[in-house]
Amino acid sequence: MQDSIILENVGVRFGELSILNDVNLSIHAGEFIVVLGPNGAGKTTLLKLLLGLIHPSAGKIQILGRTPRRGNQAIGYVPQHRVIEPETPLRARDLVGFGLDGHRWGIGLPSRARTEMIDRALEEVDALSLAESPVGLLSGGEQQRLMIAQALLTDPKILLLDEPLANLDLAHQQEVVGLISRICRTRGVTTLLVSHDINPLLQATDRVLFLARGHAAIGAPSEVINNETLSRLYGLPVEVARVADRFFVLGAEL
Amino acid sequence: MFNIFQYGFIQNAFIAGSIVAVVAALLGYFLIVRGLTFAGHALSNVGFAGAAGAVLAGIQPVYGLVIFTVAGSVIISILGKRIRERDVAVGVVMTFALGLGILFLSLYHGFAESAYSILFGSILGISQSDVIVTALFSLIIILGFGYLARPLMFSSFDPEAAEARGVPVRTLDIIFLILVALAISVSMQIVGVLIVFALLVGPAATANRLTPRPARAMGLAIVLGLIYIWLGIILAANTVFPVSFFVAALSFVVYLPVRLLSSHWWGRGFRGENVHA
Amino acid sequence: MSMLDLLRQGFVQNAFLAGTIIAVISGIVGYFVILRGQAFATETLSHVGFAGAAGAALIGINSLIGMIFLTVLTAIGMGTLGQRVKGRDIEVGMVLSFMLGLGVLFLSLYTQNATRAVNLLFGSILSVTREDVMLTLGSSVVVLIVLIILFRPLLFASLDPVAAEARGVPVQTLSILFLFVLALTVSQAVEVVGALLVFALLIVPAASAERFAIKPFSVLILSVVISLFSTWSGLLLSLVGHQPASFYIVAFTSLFYIISRLAPRFRIPGRYRELPHPSREV
Repeated sequence: MQDSIILENVGVRFGELSILNDVNLSIHAGEFIVVLGPNGAGKTTLLKLLLGLIHPSAGKIQILGRTPRRGNQAIGYVPQHRVIEPETPLRARDLVGFGLDGHRWGIGLPSRARTEMIDRALEEVDALSLAESPVGLLSGGEQQRLMIAQALLTDPKILLLDEPLANLDLAHQQEVVGLISRICRTRGVTTLLVSHDINPLLQATDRVLFLARGHAAIGAPSEVINNETLSRLYGLPVEVARVADRFFVLGAEL
Repeated sequence: MFNIFQYGFIQNAFIAGSIVAVVAALLGYFLIVRGLTFAGHALSNVGFAGAAGAVLAGIQPVYGLVIFTVAGSVIISILGKRIRERDVAVGVVMTFALGLGILFLSLYHGFAESAYSILFGSILGISQSDVIVTALFSLIIILGFGYLARPLMFSSFDPEAAEARGVPVRTLDIIFLILVALAISVSMQIVGVLIVFALLVGPAATANRLTPRPARAMGLAIVLGLIYIWLGIILAANTVFPVSFFVAALSFVVYLPVRLLSSHWWGRGFRGENVHA
Repeated sequence: MSMLDLLRQGFVQNAFLAGTIIAVISGIVGYFVILRGQAFATETLSHVGFAGAAGAALIGINSLIGMIFLTVLTAIGMGTLGQRVKGRDIEVGMVLSFMLGLGVLFLSLYTQNATRAVNLLFGSILSVTREDVMLTLGSSVVVLIVLIILFRPLLFASLDPVAAEARGVPVQTLSILFLFVLALTVSQAVEVVGALLVFALLIVPAASAERFAIKPFSVLILSVVISLFSTWSGLLLSLVGHQPASFYIVAFTSLFYIISRLAPRFRIPGRYRELPHPSREV
């Protein structure tokens, strides 16, 4: 299987602060990876590295065979959810449209092809009925789906999602997970999803990438989320309890 | 240079100015921590309409100021809760009041001269009775402030927890802005409505950069405010420029290096928002 | 003098020409100001304009040139400070009061002329010269061209800077460029309504418009219509009623804002239902 993301001995430092330290991993094309780890472990930093927004202080990164660069059309990115003001004067359709040509200069004339592309992306996330609604009035889950549609418009090979499940209730979490996993499988797009909780994602994920104290471990959920691996990563005794097919980490902050 | 003190109006200006500086610095501290600097600026502009209306009606400007700024502070606190929306709502109230002020003045005969002194202040006209009015209002402000100090502090830094504890956050908002309105009203005669803002926010902004401890910051703000106003009056009495210019310039000239350098000595902990990449 | 005779006067024509140009670009630029939450920065730039105009009077050059020079300089300074400008009211406020003080200083050095100060602060549209009109036209064309080129990425970056940056939009550069455009626009608006009332022309029309429409183009057009209507009516009323034009303009735009706040929030008829959840199982 072809690798779409490769990190070799990657380190990131901000001044004296070391965020990532000697990280090695390779992610195959079409894989669904859940990125876990406590606050400040470098999850968002990892995504920014892949997007070319920051550069590693050490090591090498390859994305689809090239070094990361800004504005890479082959990567779809869904940033951490922000509150959109209810008064924001924009329709769902306009927000999604940014994914297509938001970075191009000029006004941009409306065209049928553009409308159709946006409609298709909206349909893919089950949000076509929301197309004309003011974005600020939609629920968190609906806004999340719009952001995914926006990321899909360039037909990316890699999809990066930063905490798409945060602030969603259980039902909406399931809805979003199902949607992302369907996109990952049908499009064969490599997916990295940052989360605080593995449990809603257990069915969908192929492997888990666990970051703690700047170190990384990658593997199937049960290979990574166990006493030995986590104790090694955190550098202190961590216990994992497995109850009714759900993981619970004891003794460490996740 | 110091023989200016033989003039009665300079003495009056000094006394009134000192009182005003203390009150403005205290309230300014809370204006900043509550994120209401724009509201403070807007309220002082609302005061312009009040003063202009008073000139037209032939009463003391300070009464017109009090009426308009208090009304303005109630309207501002009732309008939009969200920051983005609030800025616009506050701005509309402000510009409408300014427009009203210019209408009042254009109906009045001494158009430009009165506008100029309302906007930029004039220490020449400060009488003994003005000093007494200033002292009285300031007393009210200080008393109200002392009574509210703790819940005000609590709700400024942690409104949700304060509300859960039973602090009437919304009411406190309104009362606080009314206190600010009164402070602006009494400051206007010396520095004018446009630069009241410098006296309110300048000392506290600098003090906040120098110490994280609230009590020290407030004390420091008062000291800075007093220095600015004293130097301002002395310099203004010896030159042709208004006090307002000196107050604005001093507070900016002190603030700028503090702002630029403070990020170095505060280190990472203070600027926490930049650390998590 | 009848209304028609009045409209044949050169100074009245100049006022209408300048007022029209400025109303149009203020309506457009205001839309982005609202979207970017830079109302306070705009207010500050207008006070910077006051200092610039006063300085220009002091050294004897056209006030519009003085305003443009100082506001653009400040805009670039604020832009390089980056996103920090947006949330940091204090810094912006300090610059604001300092600039007012500087303006007062320039004016006192120039002459103890109070009328001059009042004209700068509250506008003097009826004293606009043909030279001013040409300058206004020139800088408005620059503003329009820049905005047309920046339109899409600016919209993107204003709404979602994180996603825009990941997409390769130069967010920081855009923010500086926009402040440059804003500085040019503010300088011109000072000419019509004065430094203290720029808010009324630059922000209020757009803030009202965004409550009546939702498509970016509709909001833009509505915003321009509101500011044009207010400016023209204000000018006409001031010719008839002899009160300052800026008062009428402010009164009109405020009226629009109040109506927009009272009117029910805009909905697209038929299509939009309260928070529709697609019930499809995935």
